[in-house]
Amino acid sequence: MLKVAITAVLITMGLALFRAALGPTLFDRILALNMFGTKTVLLIAVIGFLRGRPDFLDLALLYTLINFIGVIAVLRFLKFGHFADPEEPEE
Amino acid sequence: MDLAIDLASAAFLLAGSCFAVIGGIGLLRLPDFFSRLHGAGITDTAGAGLILFGLMLQAGLSLATLKLISILGFLYLTSPTSTHALAQSALTHGLKPWLGKREDEPSLR
Repeated sequence: MLKVAITAVLITMGLALFRAALGPTLFDRILALNMFGTKTVLLIAVIGFLRGRPDFLDLALLYTLINFIGVIAVLRFLKFGHFADPEEPEE
Repeated sequence: MDLAIDLASAAFLLAGSCFAVIGGIGLLRLPDFFSRLHGAGITDTAGAGLILFGLMLQAGLSLATLKLISILGFLYLTSPTSTHALAQSALTHGLKPWLGKREDEPSLR
């Protein structure tokens, strides 16, 4: 059953990559990449269980924290609308 | 008892896999950005939660379960926050929700 879960997560990652490549707007791409990050965490956790090495969970935890930093970047995006220098007034 | 736990774990993993793939298809196929948020939300909450809970059942009472719980907690904190921030950002930057009809949609009248 772990292999089924790995296959499903890999399929979902592929679909997210398709959306990130197609996505008409920038927000679609960010959404797809955010989902890709979550799926990476799941993939690492399930692979750790499949290989019988629960220490892989530490890597999954690390990726969750990297995702959290991604959230901070998205929040910055929310405020300024771009990742450039916020000194320049936008509106 | 072991068999029951294994079966429950397999059921949770299978349900989580289904939710993940359904959410992925939704992310690819839904017509505009705000509806795609819905597909991404399914994979982030239902898919991740069910898969991680299935793994917790396999791990039993151990440090691995604690790590899985903290992973789940972080995911549940961060992914709705980022989804909300993205929707807010898209709205403030002038992306309108799509309210039209599909061309092949059957008319209700």
